[in-house]
Amino acid sequence: MPVQQCRAWNRLPPNPSLFNINNYQITIMIQCKTSKEISGMGHSMKRKEDGRFLQGKGNYIDDLKLPGMLYMDIVRSPYAYAKIKNIDIEAALKVPGVAAVVTGKDLEKYGLHWMPTLMSDTQMVLPTDTVMYQAQEVAAVIATSRYAARDGREAVRVEYEVMKPVIDAHKALDPDAPVLRTDKPGKKDNHIWHWEAGDKEKTDKVFAEADVVVKEHMHIPRIHVSSIETCGCVADYHKVDNHLTMHMTTQAPHAIRTVIALVAGHVGLTEEKVRVISPDIGGGFGGKVPVYPGYVIAIAVSFLVGKPVKWIEDRSENLQADSFARDYHITAEMAGTKDGKILATRFKVLADHGYTDASANPSKYPVGMFSICTGSYDYQTTYMEADAVYTNKPPGGVAYRCSFRVTEAVHAIERITDRFAFEIKKDPAELRMQNFIKKEDFPWHSPTGWIYDSGDYHAGLQKAMDVVDYYGLRKLQVQKRKEGKLMGIGISTFTEVVGAGPSKDFDILGIKMFDSAEIRVHPTGKAIARFGTKSQGQGHETTYAQIIAEVLGIPAENIQVEEGDTDTAPYGLGTYASRSTPTAGAAAAVAARKLVDKARKIAAYLLEVSEEDLDWEPGKFTVKGAPEKVKTIQEIVFAAYTNHPQGMQAGFEATHYYDPPNLTFPSGAYICVVEIDKETGAIDIKRFVAIDDCGHIINPMIVQGQVHGGLTQGLAPAMYEELLYDEAGNILNGTLMDYLVPTAIESPSWETGHVVTPSPHHPIGAKGVGESPTVGAPPAIANAIVDALSPYGITHMEIPITPFKIWKALHDRGVV
Amino acid sequence: MIPQSFEYETPSTLQDAIGLLEKYGEDAKILSGGHSLIPMMKLRFASPEYIIDINNIPGLDYIKEEAGLVKLGALVREADVEHSDLLKTHFPIFADVAKQIADPQVRNRATVAGNLAHGDAANDQPAVMLALRASVVITGSAGARIVPIDEFFFGFYTTAIQPNEILTEIQIPVPPSGTGSAYHKLERKVGDYATAGVGVQLTLDGKGICTAIGIGLTNVNPVPLRAERSEAALLGKPINEATIAEAAKYAAEDCNPSTDLRGSDEYKRAMVAVLLKRMIIKATERALA
Repeated sequence: MPVQQCRAWNRLPPNPSLFNINNYQITIMIQCKTSKEISGMGHSMKRKEDGRFLQGKGNYIDDLKLPGMLYMDIVRSPYAYAKIKNIDIEAALKVPGVAAVVTGKDLEKYGLHWMPTLMSDTQMVLPTDTVMYQAQEVAAVIATSRYAARDGREAVRVEYEVMKPVIDAHKALDPDAPVLRTDKPGKKDNHIWHWEAGDKEKTDKVFAEADVVVKEHMHIPRIHVSSIETCGCVADYHKVDNHLTMHMTTQAPHAIRTVIALVAGHVGLTEEKVRVISPDIGGGFGGKVPVYPGYVIAIAVSFLVGKPVKWIEDRSENLQADSFARDYHITAEMAGTKDGKILATRFKVLADHGYTDASANPSKYPVGMFSICTGSYDYQTTYMEADAVYTNKPPGGVAYRCSFRVTEAVHAIERITDRFAFEIKKDPAELRMQNFIKKEDFPWHSPTGWIYDSGDYHAGLQKAMDVVDYYGLRKLQVQKRKEGKLMGIGISTFTEVVGAGPSKDFDILGIKMFDSAEIRVHPTGKAIARFGTKSQGQGHETTYAQIIAEVLGIPAENIQVEEGDTDTAPYGLGTYASRSTPTAGAAAAVAARKLVDKARKIAAYLLEVSEEDLDWEPGKFTVKGAPEKVKTIQEIVFAAYTNHPQGMQAGFEATHYYDPPNLTFPSGAYICVVEIDKETGAIDIKRFVAIDDCGHIINPMIVQGQVHGGLTQGLAPAMYEELLYDEAGNILNGTLMDYLVPTAIESPSWETGHVVTPSPHHPIGAKGVGESPTVGAPPAIANAIVDALSPYGITHMEIPITPFKIWKALHDRGVV
Repeated sequence: MIPQSFEYETPSTLQDAIGLLEKYGEDAKILSGGHSLIPMMKLRFASPEYIIDINNIPGLDYIKEEAGLVKLGALVREADVEHSDLLKTHFPIFADVAKQIADPQVRNRATVAGNLAHGDAANDQPAVMLALRASVVITGSAGARIVPIDEFFFGFYTTAIQPNEILTEIQIPVPPSGTGSAYHKLERKVGDYATAGVGVQLTLDGKGICTAIGIGLTNVNPVPLRAERSEAALLGKPINEATIAEAAKYAAEDCNPSTDLRGSDEYKRAMVAVLLKRMIIKATERALA
């Protein structure tokens, strides 16, 4: 078998001089099984989708214009909690171009004014009497142009009776707090659910007896994905054949089709009458998983008037009303020995869900995978509990580029681990090395029931320390502190849990979380492959083609990948939680292997030998001992249509629905180095080294792009992003002028690299990478900043850590 | 952007533009760069019935030196001042400020005159013009009048420009040799309004005595603020640690910032002091260079 050596995009400075990032790129060798012409795994093939994106020829939802299309705009509540006394639509109906104004009372006639959330809670489509958060949908204006719809929106007059809202999650369970969900019969408080894991009694005992116990309260702030493309749809209902085509920015088109059928089946929109098309998407990050009220209203209006209805959010609506992420108040505790052995952890979570639990979690996991918070460390005693509450804020939470609450978990364990190291005055890198699960102990059973598939945490951290020159930096830090300067080094060594998931545990609304691939190879040896997932920028059209090329030997260039049309693609649960490669990518590999099995039979027939006499390498069969006797995959496929063996089905197609046997557990070792301007609090990230282990890498260039984007979205909540509300529930930063999304200017020069421990249960040994950096980066940054401030007794800073917060902390301690 | 509907006029002479302003009065707004007006229209905070676009009027985009004054026409873009060789020789402060205003796309359209005419103390050029002791030329049907920058800003979004007038030129005195200038703002991220910003221009004589000084502050007062006591603390004195500290203390005391998402009143005052110290040092270094 020929082994190609491919250039990977790792940047590993061999001798970095502390703050000087060495842009030297070393070439690491990834052994590629296929030639560059085939471009299977390991090749940095240029993205196939970029041709149209770079030429401005992408096909986004707002590009779609259908004949007779109407436009919808939405009247939103200025108050966080209010009774609706009256909605006056007369003036709006007089605005030229306005066709209709729809209210909750109109939808109530069809039983469409409420809808279920993915967590089996309920959410208003349009209110009939009460609004529960600022920017909630109140009425919809339908018009012949977007401008007329907005003018109509401005003309709708709503009379409210303002009520005292519940904004602070800590006060939601107070006895005198108003009960918000009076729509739920018998509901007496604002409590949603309680959840726990681990062993309380054992944990309490270890804590009571431990030499060292540390504790911090931390808030993982409410944030918003702010994808560049906002949400939107064109609902296109045809009365004549009772058929709905829903063009929609969704990460999960198939699940959405089922949800539409569940919500609107009673008015005749059964599942075979619904087609969901998800076109090119300008960023999803979890925000395009839920069904928002605007989608349902657009469908209802199209259903009633028989015309296509377009709804596109504007930027402020997207930021203020769509599902938030995070908003966990966590108390984290760690017990250990004086010499640094971790003995136990304890976590208590208060989850603020806004006025309904509209999370996007697997049904059995109300806290998502938060119980991964025992981290990368070898100990067996833990207890965690969580309570969720209703408040008068927008519903959620979605993931923000993170697998189901893993970011919250990682922040808690990585911050409290540093806190422990600080307490016993031990180097945080050495403390981690001391406590890591050893590579020979995988598969490793965590105290909360996860089975970590593989990893080499010592190697990852060692590589990061070597790249950054960790001990050199510690010496520099001593020197800088003598000069009165603030320098900090922060580490995060995290374990992710992605690829949901095995059908015995994972479902959404009862639908098991498998995913699918269908490969059809045409007579000339070129293929089309369709998937139940949906790319939002991840590069599926390239990555999936490379997986199939790796197995079948058909050049990736000749494999067309399609997703997002429920009429053509096989059913799948969609793209989020870093699940596409672990599930649909695996399905592609298994389906392609089925085709290799068929190819072997055809090759044996064509070469007139038995199957056992054939050798396979991607792209061709040769006869053992007679290498001149060859059948290429293209010749074999052609024969499948023209000269196939008697008794064999013609054609060359395979489908596979992949049910993963376990989740995958990517990991990473990140080191961040900061300097802080003492007088202003300004933070300068001098170095950021990210060593990821995502198993086998399919396209190194795409992986590096994912890591860069993910790190920047990890920087975001660490230093910039948080949705803020005043006591009345008014959002304080409802535009991108004040909700601070970091740009390339704010981003440091990321230094990235890898260790590779393949997933033993995944067909191609891949683990998923899209979210690891977003999950792993915030505690590295927070730990670096706290380390810089630690000489003044500062043990914790709440993210996002801003210059003002730093200045205030130093000012309060009399430093400035 | 989905604004309320409006009439759009594109006059080709200044006289025509002023004629339209006379005709429509307060219902009209001048569009030059549009980077203050258009966001307000997008949010429907501003709903002018008439937009008078002056971008088609020729001859308003000059940067020239005449009779001891550097003159900027009404359509000089922020990107123009960022890259002007003429300004680089006299006023290093422009390179400082321009690269901190928004982003390159905005700077390619936004105008310096518009940045002043908007009358927003959060904008950066007002503080720079206070430091440089500029004047503005305001033109109406009766002709042009020259208004010193200290008499230009009245209040929040209010300036000396009347509804039937256009800000047509900015005039900046060319400073003597031995002059240096500098500007810096703290911002939460690129393109943000200042948490606090400070512009300084000072002139030193052969003995290191400060013979002229201008200090303008950004976004720490309802109107763009000249730090008068700080200027007095430096004028006629050597620039040293004591005089700098005194000037910084006065500026922190005399500004009037409000607590908001950028930080507390106390923080902003402290930042004014820090930035003023740093800008005096930087301007001094440039004066001596």
